Amino acid sequence: MSLLIQIAYLIASILFIIGIKMLGRTKSARKGNIVSSIGMFIAILATVIQVEAITLVDILICVIIGSAIGLFIAYKVQMTKVPEMVALFNGFGGLASLAVALADFWLNTQEKSLIIDQITGISVAISILIGGVTFTGSMVAFLKLNGKISGRAITFSGQHLINLILLIVSIGITVFALNNVSDPVYMIILAALSLILGILVVIPIGGADMPVVISLLNSYSGMAACATGFVLNNNVLIVAGALVGASGIILTQIMCKAMNRSLVNVLLGGFGQTTGNASQSDEPEIAVKEVGVEEAAQIFDSVSSLIIVPGYGMAVAQAQHAIRELSELCEKRNINVRFAIHPVAGRMPGHMNVLLAEANISYDKLIEMDEINDDFANTDLVFVVGANDVVNPAAKTNPKSPIFGMPVLNVEKAQTVIVTKRSMGKGYAGIENELFGADNCLMLFGDAKQTITKLVSELKEL
Amino acid sequence: MTVESFIILLYILVLASYVGFELINKIPPTLHTPLMSGSNAISGITIVGAIIACNVLDYGSISKWLGMTALVLATVNVVGGYALTDRMLKMFKKK
Repeated sequence: MSLLIQIAYLIASILFIIGIKMLGRTKSARKGNIVSSIGMFIAILATVIQVEAITLVDILICVIIGSAIGLFIAYKVQMTKVPEMVALFNGFGGLASLAVALADFWLNTQEKSLIIDQITGISVAISILIGGVTFTGSMVAFLKLNGKISGRAITFSGQHLINLILLIVSIGITVFALNNVSDPVYMIILAALSLILGILVVIPIGGADMPVVISLLNSYSGMAACATGFVLNNNVLIVAGALVGASGIILTQIMCKAMNRSLVNVLLGGFGQTTGNASQSDEPEIAVKEVGVEEAAQIFDSVSSLIIVPGYGMAVAQAQHAIRELSELCEKRNINVRFAIHPVAGRMPGHMNVLLAEANISYDKLIEMDEINDDFANTDLVFVVGANDVVNPAAKTNPKSPIFGMPVLNVEKAQTVIVTKRSMGKGYAGIENELFGADNCLMLFGDAKQTITKLVSELKEL
Repeated sequence: MTVESFIILLYILVLASYVGFELINKIPPTLHTPLMSGSNAISGITIVGAIIACNVLDYGSISKWLGMTALVLATVNVVGGYALTDRMLKMFKKK
């Protein structure tokens, strides 16, 4: 491989690093993504230059097809569907890594009848294993978020054991594969096993933990690319893969902390609703106070400070634009309006921010939980829109609750809390929310978008 | 692959991982979603491997078709990933 190509790969790697760094600051984030894409373009160009001229046509066709699909999905999809789209793209990447490793293996051992060395062999196996798990795992995550598979944790006894056995068998198959390098059957079995393992590892995970799963799978796809880099002896694959793999793990760790779960718990697969399921059926019905739109409007009219807490319900109802109208109306009346964003509100961290940004709400109004949590005690009114578990005080007070220990927003400390949801339905954790029965809490039932729109018109009249 | 080149690649792996860790530590939760989407796009670097895998002249060979499939998939990952991330980041405005 010529020096020029290697330098191009080096430049691409540097651009990836700079790009990720810039993605970490709101002001430079968009430019960071562009910098990173330039790096990708350089890496692709440097690679295309190396191939036989005849294959350029095939490559061009594949790239055009892939680009068309990618662009279509990226621009057509609703912002609420972002998490499952990330899962989908991620899965494709994982499968691609598996296919590339298998292709190189096949090329060398079957078509050229060469013997590959141990290191390359191990790299092929790792690439297949991680790539396969990433693919099916991501697909399951996609379907769960899409609602096509139940979001509930699907558990069955002995599943941790089964997963462990599958993993050990996979390692065993790898050993066989390395000792019989010319026989492709082992690698194929490994591929099949990894696909199954991917499904089994993600299936038992319940809705609330999906963001963590996606982040972890994101990391895995980076690792798979890195392993493929060892197979092909390609530096940019190793660097970019390691960057994504490592940053993905840290991001997962950060998210786990926000939900008060340990990463080890996560890595064992089958986290979610494993303990603390007991309390559901024997909980007494919570007595709530209902309020209508007119009354709610009057409350809004009487306060001087407001904090809005958005949740996944807001996203589902596509109420973010209505919320912006409400917040603008309140600000015109000299009410101080802020948004409290819990780290795992919505399907992914930062998801709420994206949705509110889509509604043109300035991002300096979006305050993170740690910064705003002490302010609830000084706030007249909190408006909870479609958020449930993240405002449940049981996380602080009830050791038996499945969400105990998870940091939550202290909304009950405010003078009045109005919660808008469709019904008394439960949130992700599947538990009743004690907040709803509190003295200072009023329930405003209805579809978030319709309710808030009505609220705005009522408020205009006052 | 020789042991020497393997060791060097290992160094690269370790250093790149460390950089990855350090880059993420200070990022506010606001940006976690675009970050996941953006790093997902970068993981599409597999496309480089796919292009190399396509570099086979025999259309009957399995490795060629595996390579082309991988190329389509990886392109969706890359193009879709960058486009989706850009779409999200376009909306982050300060008033």
